[in-house]
Amino acid sequence: MRFRPANLVIKDVIRETASVSTIRFDRSLDPTPGQYIMVWVRGVDEIPMSFSAPDSITVHAVGDATRALCALRPGESVGSRGPLGNGFRLIGENILLIGGGVGVAPLAFLGEDAKARGIDVTSLIGFRCREDIIFLDRFRRLGDVILTTDDGSAGIKGRASAGLSEIDPEDYNQIYLCGPEMMMIDIIRRWREDASRIQASINRYFKCAVGICGSCCLDPEGIRVCVEGPVITGDRLLESEFGRYRRGPSGMRESCY
Amino acid sequence: MSSLSGDVGGLRLKNPLMLAAGILGTTGASMRRVALAGAGAVVTKSIGAEPRDGHHGPTVVRLGVGLINAMGLPNPSYRAFQEEIDTARGGGVPVVASIFGSSPEEFAEVASALDADGFELNLSCPHAKGYGMEIGCDPGNVEEITRAVKRAVSVPVWVKLTPNVTDIRVLGLAAQRGGADAVVAINTLKAMAIDVESGYPILGNVIGGLSGPAIKPVALRCVYELSGALEIPVIGVGGVSCWQDAVEMIMAGAAGVQIGTALMGGLEVIGDITNGISRFLERKGWSLEDIRGIARRLG
Repeated sequence: MRFRPANLVIKDVIRETASVSTIRFDRSLDPTPGQYIMVWVRGVDEIPMSFSAPDSITVHAVGDATRALCALRPGESVGSRGPLGNGFRLIGENILLIGGGVGVAPLAFLGEDAKARGIDVTSLIGFRCREDIIFLDRFRRLGDVILTTDDGSAGIKGRASAGLSEIDPEDYNQIYLCGPEMMMIDIIRRWREDASRIQASINRYFKCAVGICGSCCLDPEGIRVCVEGPVITGDRLLESEFGRYRRGPSGMRESCY
Repeated sequence: MSSLSGDVGGLRLKNPLMLAAGILGTTGASMRRVALAGAGAVVTKSIGAEPRDGHHGPTVVRLGVGLINAMGLPNPSYRAFQEEIDTARGGGVPVVASIFGSSPEEFAEVASALDADGFELNLSCPHAKGYGMEIGCDPGNVEEITRAVKRAVSVPVWVKLTPNVTDIRVLGLAAQRGGADAVVAINTLKAMAIDVESGYPILGNVIGGLSGPAIKPVALRCVYELSGALEIPVIGVGGVSCWQDAVEMIMAGAAGVQIGTALMGGLEVIGDITNGISRFLERKGWSLEDIRGIARRLG
């Protein structure tokens, strides 16, 4: 096993929207969809990023490290640890993907992997507005797509949950979620009876990413999200802090909005 | 089965294997989980007077022989931590609060504000400016801080020592003079790693502390030296990964043993170690007391 940070050379930086870019590396890291890597932007910070394809991550520039990452150019490099975490488990012949914002990125990767295995894929993807839409073509190549925007500038007007009325969860063997925490918990609560068939990729504050520092542990079981997640089933999330609070870098409880 | 229960530094424990400070100790739930996995006691993440986010990443470098970390004492302050201790107590074993401060007064402030079964004074963190080993290398500070906390609380007070000194016994004797109920040895060894692709030091804080199998022989030597020099118990910590490591610590004189980095491989290691010690004692027909410090008597 390789322990030292691996050097990843950037092959392409693709601007998806005003604040979202896909960073493509010069090689595949052979991840399972839903796994992540710790990306070290040298001199800035190290952050967890989900894969949007075997050789790429898709980054929303919101903080120092993500902005620095999006400002890198082809030929430059980052350090990395991973792929890490459990990833999504493909179950059944007919699956539903529900994503919000940049959270659709790992789902596009998952859907492509599923389709290649002959699994039927339906997607519900939501964005704030038309300008924020990413990967619509990738999802359309997979199967049926329901699109929502908060402002109604494309697809159904409203949050991703506005598209739920078009869907019967019983039609799917497995449901995969990635997006804002309140969107995900809202769907899990609405489909409480089906929660054990829901797999959600969640965010907590990762520091060590090797399962020992404790900063990402989820109440009340103490699930170490960095190694036992980031994909957790809906039934476990229903019983947890998820959707109620989270902890910040100091360990202090914060709102999860 | 041989009994593993006994008194360790003023606490009655069902077995001598404890969770080390800084490992899975941020939330009450994760400490409870470690307790339910079989630990005899749990020690919290180090808690201070003010919230700290900790250092920028990378905060850890994984090596074949261990781990270098520079977390930077992230904690939500004692004001936000009592509920985590209360939750951890649901695991049914003593919860020891690791605390840090920059002065005797600050240590006493944090200790007197927390309700815990014991306190472990972090006078040994190698990567936080103004705290840990920066003050804990000075025997005068160690004695004064220990005394201040002993005055402030009525539960056992342990002092965790740094190995990054010429003679760790000098610090142990200072803790003993200050009234410590036990010393805990060792904290991590100052270390660093460099990314050869770029030349950058890997850790966000540049310097961190080395833990894991690489430091176990150093920890063992420190426990051996301290147990020969002190009247108070010594709790061994540093690179313990299997039952043989724990037995070695006890044979060097340790009253208890803490485990940290080895949990990277999963929480099952706790049961593996305690079961391993039991089976070993049974096979040999020995008790924990028979082997405690045996290496001191023989060598």
